[in-house]
Amino acid sequence: MNELLKINNLDVQFDTDEGRITAVENVSLSVKQGEVLGIVGESGSGKSVTAKAIMQLNPGNTIYNEDAEVIIDGENVIKFTSKEDLKKIRGGKVSMIFQEPMASFAPAIKIGDQMVEQLLLHKNIKKEEAKSISLDMLTRVGITDTEKRFNQYAFELSGGMRQRAMIAMALSTMPKLLLADEPTTALDVTIQAQVLKLMKDIIKEYKMGVIFITHDLGVIAQTADQIAVMYLGCVVEKGSVNEILKNPKHPYTKGLIAALPDVNNLDAPLKPIPGNIPSPLDRPTGCVFRTRCPHPTKEGKEGKIDMKLVEVEPGHWVDQCGAKCG
Amino acid sequence: MSDNLISVNNVSVNFDYQENFLSKKQKIHAVQNINIKIKKGSFFGLVGESGSGKTTLGRAILGANKISSGNVIFHDDDKDYDLTNISKLELKEYRKKAQLIFQDPYAALSPRMTVRDIIAEPLEVMKITKNKEETDERVREIASKCRLNLEHLRRFPHAFSGGQRQRISIARALVSSPKFIVADESVAALDVSIQADILNLLKNLRKELNLTYLFISHDLSVVAHVCDVVAVMYLGHIVEIAPSKELFKNPRHTYTKALLSSIPSIDPEKQSKAIELTGEIPSAMNPPSGCVFRTRCPNPGHDCKGGDIEMGLIEVSPGHWVDQCCASSK
Repeated sequence: MNELLKINNLDVQFDTDEGRITAVENVSLSVKQGEVLGIVGESGSGKSVTAKAIMQLNPGNTIYNEDAEVIIDGENVIKFTSKEDLKKIRGGKVSMIFQEPMASFAPAIKIGDQMVEQLLLHKNIKKEEAKSISLDMLTRVGITDTEKRFNQYAFELSGGMRQRAMIAMALSTMPKLLLADEPTTALDVTIQAQVLKLMKDIIKEYKMGVIFITHDLGVIAQTADQIAVMYLGCVVEKGSVNEILKNPKHPYTKGLIAALPDVNNLDAPLKPIPGNIPSPLDRPTGCVFRTRCPHPTKEGKEGKIDMKLVEVEPGHWVDQCGAKCG
Repeated sequence: MSDNLISVNNVSVNFDYQENFLSKKQKIHAVQNINIKIKKGSFFGLVGESGSGKTTLGRAILGANKISSGNVIFHDDDKDYDLTNISKLELKEYRKKAQLIFQDPYAALSPRMTVRDIIAEPLEVMKITKNKEETDERVREIASKCRLNLEHLRRFPHAFSGGQRQRISIARALVSSPKFIVADESVAALDVSIQADILNLLKNLRKELNLTYLFISHDLSVVAHVCDVVAVMYLGHIVEIAPSKELFKNPRHTYTKALLSSIPSIDPEKQSKAIELTGEIPSAMNPPSGCVFRTRCPNPGHDCKGGDIEMGLIEVSPGHWVDQCCASSK
């Protein structure tokens, strides 16, 4: 049994003043040990909500469906309610790296103290031991002068350094599963290259499973083993990195790839995906992509085809409507 | 009459910095000795990491930052404006002709104003139109040029997505019929599918309205696609400047090469061979002497390592200028 995480039929809805919004619908994903699953999609596609559901970090007005399963180590963690149980997944077995490291560190507590605090929460160790683990971890992520950094506050570090410290903190409890939500989006390309290399090395060394969320297909191509493409809360295509990027079947995936400016062909015109992502308040019935689909089939356009992934090639799954028109 | 719209001559911008009232005043050298000429009707790109001085230079050209030394000249059809020596009245005129599009379309639009009022505000403030009918006419005209639905003019910004909001910001910038637009990271906050749409819109508007752009971005692939000429900035200096195709085919400065190699390739089999730059951009408070890039240069020459080579651009091929420190070493 090397499947680390298995998500089955997850729906996430939010109760808001304007009505009940569906953020994620019928998502099934799995991550094996040592594997990186990349989730791509535009903003509003439900990437982060899916990841946060694993740690139950979504806000109080969230409703999960009854038959949803998020299985880690044989336990359905989405049913966890007690503080003790939640502690096991929040920072214990699962850790998360956020996009904006400035917002994830408490501004008035020293970085070292924050690292020690979470270690003491999750591991049965003494303070001195926690400190030495933290210092070790900081060195591991390429921070020099660790003793000095340990006693600094988040605002005293540069963006790249903060993100390294964040990674060190997330990894110090030795989680089995790491959720990285746009970890390099706020960084410059040169720093991004450093951080990605660091993450790849660490993932390999600790053999952890990773969910890597980003809107940047280039970053995904360089880090992930598997990809899931999300649109409006649904997975529309999933499979191995090579297969999806080289042989995309769904019109949305094709559109995303075509919209990327290609540095090797500067004369190629930029091709946007027409239209906007619809508001979650009026989700299209049937195929969610039909309002923006460039050449839909007649049934698809009328919303008569339900969302359902079909396997077009071994391990390559595409939504049935997209498989027909793409 | 020259074909340049903007000439930037030896411009430096320094900021005073004082940690607290007892400590010594220090100078932050944000932009140093910049010389650029922006041709009429061109798309001029400015790239570099955060902290390289791109935005400061853009703001200096708009007259929004004080220029410490050097001058910026805006060549209008009938008259030149010297921004270092400009009267209040002239500055008001200049503001109609040079406008800025911001990065974040969520922060740039007031949530309490309707789209119509947002777009009309510059017209009213600058007293361009005489009455409400004329204003409405102008707003409708520019909104349809920016492909905004006219029914949307009565709504508030919260009802719009990122791409639509950015089109509203563009309409607001263009409503005073400017000649020069500074687009500061104007597509950075958008999704790729929408980013392409906004870039195409900017390109079309250039032809339609005879615009000249200074396009500031940290994303090289975007710059490569829209710009005619690209300048690469590092720590307040321009280290390389060339027509964009030339720059991407034949980069000469080590920093440009590193930036280009850091773009993650979409082909999973093509593992990136990024020229890795160690460390981060140094503080502009005390930049390295000589070549500013030498502290991160992976293969510095003997002279530049010691900081003995001064910064200075030399022309290596027509229109392609590289800092002399890197031009000599391969």
